[in-house]
Amino acid sequence: MLSGLAAESHIPVVDPAAADGVFSLAWLVIVLPLAGAAILLLGGRRTDRWGHLLGTATSLGSFAIGLAMFIALLGRDSGDRSVGRELFTWIEAGGFKVGMDLLVDPLSILFVLLITGVGSLIHIYSIGYMEHDGRRRRFFGYLNLFIAAMTMLVLAADYLGIFLGWEGVGLASYLLIGFWQHKPTAAAAAKKAFVINRVGDIGMSLAIMLIFVTFGTTAFAGVSAAASGADEATMNVIGLLLLLGACGKSAQVPLQAWLLDAMEGPTPVSALIHAATMVTAGVYLVTRSNFIFENAPIAQTTVVVVAVVTLLWGAVIGCAKDDIKKVLAGSTMSQIGYMMLGAGLGVAGYAFAIFHLITHGFFKANMFLGAGSVMHAMDDDVDMRHYGALQKAVPVTFLTFAMGYLAIIGFPGFSGFWSKDKIIEVAFTENIFVGLCALVGAGVTAFYMTRLMLMTFFTQKRWEPEVHPHESPKVMTVPLMVLAALSVLGGFLLLSNWIVDWLAPVVGHHAHEEPPLPALAMTAIVVLVVAAGVALAWFTIGRTEVPRTAPTDVNVLTRAARADLYGDAINDGLVVNPGRQLVGGLMTFDAAVIDGAVEGQAAGMGGLAGVFRKVQNGFVRSYALSVLVGALLVILALLAVNLG
Amino acid sequence: MSTEPYIILSALLFTIGCVGVLVRRNAIVVFMCVELMLNASNLALVTFAKANGNLDGQIAAFFVMVVAAAEVVVGLAIIMTIFRTRRSASVDDASLLKY
Amino acid sequence: MTAFWILAPIMVLAALGILFVRKAVHAALLLAVVMISLAVLYAVLDAPFLFAVQIIVYTGAILMLFLFVLMLVGVDASDSVVETIRGQRVLATVFGLLLGLTLVIGISQISFGTVIGLDDANEGGNVPALANLLFSKYVFAFETTSALLITAAIGAMVLAHRERLEPKESQADAAARRMREYAETGRHPGPLPAPGVFARHNAVDTPALLPDGTVAQDSISRVLAARGTVRSAPALADDIEEIKRQLGQAPEKAPEVSGKSGAAASTEEQNTASTTDGEEEE
Repeated sequence: MLSGLAAESHIPVVDPAAADGVFSLAWLVIVLPLAGAAILLLGGRRTDRWGHLLGTATSLGSFAIGLAMFIALLGRDSGDRSVGRELFTWIEAGGFKVGMDLLVDPLSILFVLLITGVGSLIHIYSIGYMEHDGRRRRFFGYLNLFIAAMTMLVLAADYLGIFLGWEGVGLASYLLIGFWQHKPTAAAAAKKAFVINRVGDIGMSLAIMLIFVTFGTTAFAGVSAAASGADEATMNVIGLLLLLGACGKSAQVPLQAWLLDAMEGPTPVSALIHAATMVTAGVYLVTRSNFIFENAPIAQTTVVVVAVVTLLWGAVIGCAKDDIKKVLAGSTMSQIGYMMLGAGLGVAGYAFAIFHLITHGFFKANMFLGAGSVMHAMDDDVDMRHYGALQKAVPVTFLTFAMGYLAIIGFPGFSGFWSKDKIIEVAFTENIFVGLCALVGAGVTAFYMTRLMLMTFFTQKRWEPEVHPHESPKVMTVPLMVLAALSVLGGFLLLSNWIVDWLAPVVGHHAHEEPPLPALAMTAIVVLVVAAGVALAWFTIGRTEVPRTAPTDVNVLTRAARADLYGDAINDGLVVNPGRQLVGGLMTFDAAVIDGAVEGQAAGMGGLAGVFRKVQNGFVRSYALSVLVGALLVILALLAVNLG
Repeated sequence: MSTEPYIILSALLFTIGCVGVLVRRNAIVVFMCVELMLNASNLALVTFAKANGNLDGQIAAFFVMVVAAAEVVVGLAIIMTIFRTRRSASVDDASLLKY
Repeated sequence: MTAFWILAPIMVLAALGILFVRKAVHAALLLAVVMISLAVLYAVLDAPFLFAVQIIVYTGAILMLFLFVLMLVGVDASDSVVETIRGQRVLATVFGLLLGLTLVIGISQISFGTVIGLDDANEGGNVPALANLLFSKYVFAFETTSALLITAAIGAMVLAHRERLEPKESQADAAARRMREYAETGRHPGPLPAPGVFARHNAVDTPALLPDGTVAQDSISRVLAARGTVRSAPALADDIEEIKRQLGQAPEKAPEVSGKSGAAASTEEQNTASTTDGEEEE
C-alpha cells in the first residue's frame, strides 16, 4: 500500500561532518547529568541538602549546551547540519569496530532540546513536588540518570549507542516507576514495565545483530549508505524487529500494558518519562531508521497498523478511566499512536510525526504536571469523581491545564491543532481508511479530554469535607506556565513549513501531494469532529450529575475499557499462563527425568560402590590375601606363556 | 650335587611364610613370617650363586639381610607404637582405615 | 646332601609350627631353628660369610629384637588362634597350597643345568672375594644401605620416642592423687595386696583372699590372669579341706574351735606349708 513511496523520494545518507566549535562539547550534554547522577547516588546523605539544586543545574547545563548547538546549526547551510563527534573507540573486535560517536543533526538536536528543556522544567517542578519526600535527592539522581541515558539515546551515531541509551532509560524508568517501592502496586508496576520492555529489547538487540550481519557495521553512516542495496526481505525483518523494540518502549499494541500501571510513579516521572520523552523513543527510532523502513515496505505497513490500533486503543481506554493520570496515560498511548502513524507513513509523515512529538511533549507534560498540581491540592487523590469545580480553587493550574487541553483536542490555533491536523491530512492522502481511523481518534480524544476537564474543574463539588484545595507554590506553577505557553505557541514551528525544511536533511523531502479534499475542507472536517466530541462530552457529563462512585451498570465497551481493553488478560492468557505452565512442565521434567537420570546414575554408582566397598574391610590380612592371589595369577600367567 | 632340592625347599618355606602372614593375627608373628619369606628367598639366592659359580647371589643375599634388619627395626618400632596407643598387637585391631 | 636331607624336614616342620603354635615366643624359637638350619645350609653351599652373618645378625640380633618386643608387648589376646575374618583361613590355605603347588611344579619343570660350584670364585677366601665384589661392583648399593640403616635407626628412635606432654609426677603429686582417688572412687591408697598373703600359698599365681573369703583381684599380675594360670579360690578351698583332713579334724567342728586350738591349728598349718615349700624346692 505504501511501497510506492520509497521510489519517488530521496532518502538522505547519514554523512556527518567533523565536529568543531560548540559541537565538540556535545559529550557534555550526556556527561553533565551523568555526573550529577553519580554524585547524587554515590554521595549519599551528604548531598541531601543541595542534591535537588545540583540535579536541576546539570539538566539546565545540558539544555544550555543543546541550545548553543541548535543556534550554531541554525547558522549553517541545510546541507551540512549533520555533525559527528567521535569520542573514543568503544568496542574493537577484528573487523567489528564501534566508536563512541555522537551525531548532532536537525533531528537529534530537536530531541536534545525537548529532553533537556522539558526535563529541566520538570526538575524545577519536582523541587516543589517532592519537597516533603525524604528521598528527594535520590529522585533527582534517578532523573539525572534518565536525562543522561535519553540524551545518549538520541545523540548516538550508532545502533549500539542507541541501545546503550535505550537500556539506560529502561533502567531509569524502572527505578522511577518503583520509586515509592514501599507500595506493592508501585513495585509490581515497575517490574511489569521492566519485563515488557525486555520483550521489546529482544527485538531491538536482534535487529542490531541482523544489521551487523547484513551490513558489517552498526553505524548509521555505514548502514544508511548500504541500505538501498540490501535485500528487501532482510530489511523487512530488521524493520519488524526494530518495530518490536519501538512497541516495547513506546507502549504500542501489543506491548502497551505497562504504561497504565507505570502511573504508580511520582507525577513528574509520568510527565517526563511516560509522556514527553522516553515513550517517544520508539518514534525516534523509526524516524532515525528511515533508511531501513523506506526499504522495508512490509515493516512500514506494520508500523501503520500498529499505530492505528494503538491510537484507538488508548483513546477508548481514556474514555472510561476515572483515575486522572490513567486517562492521561491512555491519551499518551493514543497520541504516540498518532506519531507512529506519521512515522509509518514514510517521508511524507516523518516531519509531522516529530512535530507532533514535540508539541505533545509540551502539552502532555503540561497536563501531567497540572494533574500533579491538582493531586497536590487534593491530598494525592487521583479519582476524578472526587474532584469537581476546582477552577476557583486552583486558578493557575486550571488556566495552564486548559491551554494543554485546547492543544490536545486540536482547538484551532493551538499547537496540537497544527500537528495533529497535518498527520490526519497525510493519512487521508495515503489511505482513506487510515485517515478515517485517525479522524475518529481525534473525535474520541476530544470526548475524553473534555470529560476530564469537566469532571475535574467544572460540574459540582464532590470533595471529601476534610479536603481543602489550595494552589501549588511558585516553583511548581512557573514550569506550568512555561509549558502552557509552549503548548499554545508550539504551532509556530510549522510557520512557513519550517520544521519540514529543517528535518529534510535527515528524513528526506517529499513532494507535496494533493489530499483527496482541499486542505481547508479537511481542517474543517477535523474541527467539526472535534466539536462533536466536545459536545457529546458536554451533554453526557457536563449536564448531568456525576456519581461519586463509578456506576457498575454500564455497557460492555465501558467495562472493557475500564479493564484496559483486557490487555492484561490477553497477556496472561497468551504469554504468562502458558509460560508458567511451560516452566512448571520443564521443572517437573528437570526434576523427574534429568535429575532422575543424573541422580539415579549417582545412586546406582553409590549402591554398586556400597557393595564393592566391603572389599575394603580394613583388615590388612585380607589385603595381603588379595596380594597373594594377584601374585599367584602373575605366576600362572608367566607359566602359561613360558610353558604353553 | 643337584640344586633343585634347595630351590624346592626355598619355595616351600616361602609358601609357609605366606600362609603365616595370612593366618596369624599377632603382628609380631606376622613379622616373623615375613622374615621367614625373606630367608627363603635368601636360600634360593645362595643356591643360585653356587649353581652359577659367581658370588653375586651371595651379595644379593647379604643386601637382603641388611634391608631386613632395617625393616625389622622400623617395623617393630611401629608395632610398639601401635601397642602403646591401642594396647593391642593384633593386626586386626588396626582396621579403622576402611569403608 | 646329607646335611640337607637331615635339615630340610626339620626346617619345614619348624616353619609349619610357626603357623600353629599359640604363643609368640614359641614361634620365635621355631623361627630360630629355621634360621640356624639355614645357616648350616649356607655353609654347605660354600657361603661361610653368610653362615656367620645369618647366625650373628639374624639369629643373634634380629630374633633377639623380636623377643625383646614380645616381652614388652606381653601376652595378648591376639595370640588366640581363633579366626575373626570370615573365610580368611580357608582361602589362605587354599591359595597357599595353590602357590606352593605351582612353585614346586614350576621348579620341577625347569632343568637347572650343571652346577659350576664356587671353587674358582672362592679362591683366596670367600670373605675377600665378597669384599672385592662389594667394594667394586656393588659399592654404590653398599653405600646406599648405609643411608638406609641410618634412616631406619632414626626412624625407630622417632617412633619409639614419647614426648612428655605433662610434667613428671612427683612423689607429693602421687600421694595427693592416691588420696583423691580414695576420696572419689574408694580405691585403697596403700600398696597393692601381695599375692597369697592371706592364703595358704604365697606364690605369685595365687590371689590373696579378702576377709570374706573372696579373691582380691588386685593381688595378681595382669599377665598371669591373661594367661589363665591363676589358681582359683575353690582350688584353695580344696587344699584347706585336704589339710583339715590330714589333721583329722571334722570340717563341721571347725567353727566351734576355741582360740587356743585355733592357734595350734594355724601353727601346724604353717609347718605343713613350709614342708611343702621345701619339697617343691627340692
